[in-house]
Amino acid sequence: MIRKNDWVQIHIDVLKPEERATNIPEDTRHVPLEMWVKGHLQNESAELGDVVTVKTKTGRLVEGTLCALNPSFTHNFGDYIPELDQIEETVKTILFGGADHA
Amino acid sequence: MRDNSYSAVMARKNEIMKRAVGMDYDLFESGSIAFDYEAMMAATGYTLDAVRKIQVEEFQIGNTPLYELKNLTQLARSFAPEGMGARIFVKDEASNLSGSFKVRRAATSIHQAKKMGYKGVISATSGNYGAAVAACAAKAGLKCIVVQECFDSKGIGQPEIIEKARKCEALGAEVVQLTVGPELFYMFLRMLEETDYFNASLYTPFGIAGVETLGYEIAQQCRLMLGRDPDVVVCTNAGGGNLTGTARGLLKAGCNAEVVAASVNLSGLHMASDHQFNLKSFTTGHTGFGMPFSTWPDRSDVPRSAARPLRYMDRYVTVNQGEVFYTTEMLAALEGMEKGPAGNTSLAAAFALSQTLPKDKIIVVQETEYTGAGKHVNAQLSFARKNGIDIHFGNPEEEVPGKSIVLPAHPSLIKARPADMTHLRTSLIHNAVKMTGKQPTDADIDFLAAETKTDREFVKEHLA
Repeated sequence: MIRKNDWVQIHIDVLKPEERATNIPEDTRHVPLEMWVKGHLQNESAELGDVVTVKTKTGRLVEGTLCALNPSFTHNFGDYIPELDQIEETVKTILFGGADHA
Repeated sequence: MRDNSYSAVMARKNEIMKRAVGMDYDLFESGSIAFDYEAMMAATGYTLDAVRKIQVEEFQIGNTPLYELKNLTQLARSFAPEGMGARIFVKDEASNLSGSFKVRRAATSIHQAKKMGYKGVISATSGNYGAAVAACAAKAGLKCIVVQECFDSKGIGQPEIIEKARKCEALGAEVVQLTVGPELFYMFLRMLEETDYFNASLYTPFGIAGVETLGYEIAQQCRLMLGRDPDVVVCTNAGGGNLTGTARGLLKAGCNAEVVAASVNLSGLHMASDHQFNLKSFTTGHTGFGMPFSTWPDRSDVPRSAARPLRYMDRYVTVNQGEVFYTTEMLAALEGMEKGPAGNTSLAAAFALSQTLPKDKIIVVQETEYTGAGKHVNAQLSFARKNGIDIHFGNPEEEVPGKSIVLPAHPSLIKARPADMTHLRTSLIHNAVKMTGKQPTDADIDFLAAETKTDREFVKEHLA
């Protein structure tokens, strides 16, 4: 159970496909405009998927579907890219010569 | 109860904006195509010295180092024609508060918002500007909301933008994230209306006046270090404010260096396409913003944009994604500087331009940006590969945005490809007539000549 004042993220469909601007590409026009907001849960308790209200950092009250408790960032530096080592080797060889430069 | 439907909110745009910027743009309008750009810029009430004082004393920003990239210059000379290979310098704007030049733009806006009594600021940006606004708001004790276009309809976020969300939150901002689409502007207006916060737009005169110090510092630093002015200043170009402010600052310092715009070539990709959103590896500094904003600046989030790059641009060149990634790696490998890729767009161009200029000439690349998880050459290439982008060594000319990233097989293949300036200038003239729906008056012809850095003859010839 998620409790009042827990830090959560909510999701809102802001515009349905048919409510969207007319001057946008076809693929975008077929999907809704979605929004994610984080804040402290205002309901006494809730479960993921419930429609709830949160109080954001600036004190705004926003209603939406509860989608995460304690949302965090997991982005990183990605997988190994061998080409980057090759670039390093190429430019060092041109500038400093041969295998002894390192 | 306010009507918050899309059409109703958009219809209230002008009144919302007037309240949120605290500036009446009507004062500068002529009623025809022209408006008084310099009067609008002067309406900030801040001289360059006053802006410098705000930046240095209040926010402790600016005065960033200017470094000579001796190894990159040497590398360029190793395959340049005899006697060619201009010296390359870079202004390390990443060392600013929040990690980019954008904080110069934010500082004056936040200072103004505080002075006018606003309780908070909102900015619509997926770029470094969000962190810049958040950092200045933190210092000024103002609340801050950053609205981002971040995800595609599958909920997959561009790593570079996610990193910027993290940084904004770390600096105390509330981050509102949206899926792809220009209706971000609609949500932005709703939030301005709901909060009565200041619109810390990138495109107000406050923001652009803030960048003037960057150009001014470049001229001063070159004079101190080299005893002379730079010959060429290369600016990464998207919305146009970076170039506009820098060029105005150079001119205020009495420096007449050639001003070159550089953008990453993303031709063929639609910026509002949900499917193509995550097929690009650059979320700023690219032609998808650079070209339309150059040829019609007033598409921004204020009635009249203070960023008007064609007024100051001497040349516009494009580089490919693979070339910028390659340059980013070269900068780390040969100069020991690890920086964000998007900020190296102008460096990739400068590396190519150096080979076309004599050795005694000076090229200044006027920014770097911070790097970190997500907004890193490794993270971006990894993300591209996962999205099916074909990454390989070869001839960058063969790169197809959204399908391939071609890393140059040799650094001599990095090129700065000239855009057609006559075409860009003509587009601006045609757009100005089309968007305003007005027949050009005599004063409009002078205005359009200034807008395109041309003369009355050019404007008249291309109005026909």
